[in-house]
Amino acid sequence: MTNRILTVIVNNRMGVLNRITGLFLKRGFNIQSITVGPTETEGLSRMTIVLNVDDERVVEQVVKQLHKQIDVLKVSDITDVPNVVRELVLIKVNSSVQNRAEITTLIEPFRASIIDVGRESVTVQATGRPEKLDALIALLRPYGIKELARTGITAFPRDTETVNEMARVRPSTLYV
Amino acid sequence: MPALMSGARMLLECLVREGVECLFGYPGGVTLPFYDAMYDHPIRHVLVRHEQNAAFAAEGYARATGRVGVCCATSGPGATNLVTGLVDAMMDSIPIVAITGQVSTKLIGSDAFQEADTFGITRSCTKHNYLVKTLAELPQVIHEAFYVASTGRPGPVLVDIPKDVFQGQGHYHPVSSIHLPGYKVYTEGHMGQIRRAAQMIWESERPFVYAGGGIVAAGAAAELRELVEIIDAPAVCTLMGLGALPGDHPNFISMPGMHGSYAANMGMYSTDLLIALGVRFDDRVTGRLSSFAPHAKVIHVDIDPAEIGKNRKADLPIVGDVKRVLERLNPLLRELKPELGERKAAARRACWRQIRAWQQEHPLAPVFSDTEIKPQHVMVEINRLSAGKAIVTADVGQHQMWAAQFIRFSEPRQWICSGGLGSMGFGLPAAIGAQFARPDKLVFAVLGDGGFQMSVPELSTIASYGLPIKIVVVNNGYLGMVRQWQELFYNERYSESITSDVPDFVKLAEAYGIPGRRVDTEADAEAVLREALRTPGPVLVDCRVPQGENVYPMVPPGSGIHEMVGVKP
Repeated sequence: MTNRILTVIVNNRMGVLNRITGLFLKRGFNIQSITVGPTETEGLSRMTIVLNVDDERVVEQVVKQLHKQIDVLKVSDITDVPNVVRELVLIKVNSSVQNRAEITTLIEPFRASIIDVGRESVTVQATGRPEKLDALIALLRPYGIKELARTGITAFPRDTETVNEMARVRPSTLYV
Repeated sequence: MPALMSGARMLLECLVREGVECLFGYPGGVTLPFYDAMYDHPIRHVLVRHEQNAAFAAEGYARATGRVGVCCATSGPGATNLVTGLVDAMMDSIPIVAITGQVSTKLIGSDAFQEADTFGITRSCTKHNYLVKTLAELPQVIHEAFYVASTGRPGPVLVDIPKDVFQGQGHYHPVSSIHLPGYKVYTEGHMGQIRRAAQMIWESERPFVYAGGGIVAAGAAAELRELVEIIDAPAVCTLMGLGALPGDHPNFISMPGMHGSYAANMGMYSTDLLIALGVRFDDRVTGRLSSFAPHAKVIHVDIDPAEIGKNRKADLPIVGDVKRVLERLNPLLRELKPELGERKAAARRACWRQIRAWQQEHPLAPVFSDTEIKPQHVMVEINRLSAGKAIVTADVGQHQMWAAQFIRFSEPRQWICSGGLGSMGFGLPAAIGAQFARPDKLVFAVLGDGGFQMSVPELSTIASYGLPIKIVVVNNGYLGMVRQWQELFYNERYSESITSDVPDFVKLAEAYGIPGRRVDTEADAEAVLREALRTPGPVLVDCRVPQGENVYPMVPPGSGIHEMVGVKP
């Protein structure tokens, strides 16, 4: 099983997220994470979808099915191209006055920061590739994690064109 | 400035502009403004007796003509009743536009009377759907709906319109263009791929044409016939493609698949080049995929890129409208024929000898009887009387398979049935739609007793419009296909498949004012059917066929198509 990262440019319209997730449900594709947000162009949103697949043909079928959606302007599998991938995590970890400094030192190499301090816990915020966040979480787990929230990744290819240009160019991989 | 008009009136203007002659529907609370506008408008509304049948009738209309069928239902239960028809149209790629009423925009989300989330419910069973929130966007949406439904791979589109949008007043500006940047249709086909296809075809020893509903949708029957004749290859038409080649064409070797002919399935099994045209490698055709056409390279032409490689890898994919692709492939094949045509000729002759031998050894032969009326014989009679000219709609089950096996169609759009979804109750309302679409044509509705009982109320529609549909019920008092599977695969445990308490269909028809006749023997059949054809208006013929008849040959579920059972000796 491998993770594939798809970025999908969609019309920012009522029901679009439902169309996309519904399509995955209907075809039995498993979504690992999905994030949605506006792009630099008004009216268009970018979705970043991580799929866990064991067969290349599944990805091909997902991409083709997404293309058929009328509100989908562009689909790219950016897993194998140079890309920028970021995820954000919030970790509420047990912490007393005694070990607060220890935690602060521990998270420093991750460029994580403490964004909230309570009597018995601190909340750590970190961004990065998912593997980096996995490592941070593993290090903090011995202290006792009270709450954890991950956003799922958002991503695009490095040195990408703008959305406007992308929307104009249709994919050439469809034998047309 | 154009005059003010209501949203309901604007919708009618849009429908007229789209060339809609009639729509099938059922009124209700929130569509009252629309029905009021229709009251003195020339558009024809056909009142069905259940919204599901409005969708099926719209499908029948679309299947018989290729034009967009239109159906209409109110909010809530009206809309949910359409769902089966929408899925059916989605599965068989039939262009219909469904218009549903919705509660007023201010009430949406409040669990108002007869409110249902139609937009959400129908998302996965339409090619696209819309919820119209303002009157200003209504004309654009309606024209987009027709455009999306009828272009590319056709399909159902639903437009949900709140009551206050019907009632609102606005200026109607005709829509001149449709701009959908996310909707792209690939029609032309890649010329390089088409050239390679021509080369592959002449280099193959046992080319085999597998033609489906895409040929019908594209209007490519003439091009298909041309292709088959240039390369002189055996050809099958799927259940959705019957009529794409004339039923009496010498190269046509019947339908493939679970109840296809032995020659069709063996031919497909042994081919070295499968020319797949507007098909989707449905499981009822392929049987066990791993042993489907195992020796074949595949050329797959389809307008929907997602169909290519979905079930079977294509060695040579061509995304395009099959008519456009064949229009360019055929001249190439002709051009290459003098050079390449003879190269594999000996192997091809041997292949034909083998196919003819299979046809002779294991023909699709109807069973006859002196004492009863065999269901297969009913089809033989319909075939004889229609002489390849009638429109035949079928329901779903054994009778559908017998009709597909024994009725020959001379052109596309004569054979109308629910293929992909297999919706019982389809045949009768579809016949209504087909008869409205083609008033000049003889229409048979061939139904089982189970499916007929799902659609009985439509007798009332047929009677009230005086539609001259000839309804033939193949009545075995069983859900025949369920019974057949129980006999073959469930140790003859006939759980809930007996419907022998069926009412007297002749009396039932007469209660609706439709003459009914009963057939018990083959001797009756011809006379009764002939009389039915002479009788103006609708007639119901109740054929009391034996209970235990099975559809053969058959590919058992999970088997390869070369492993047919019940092949005639």
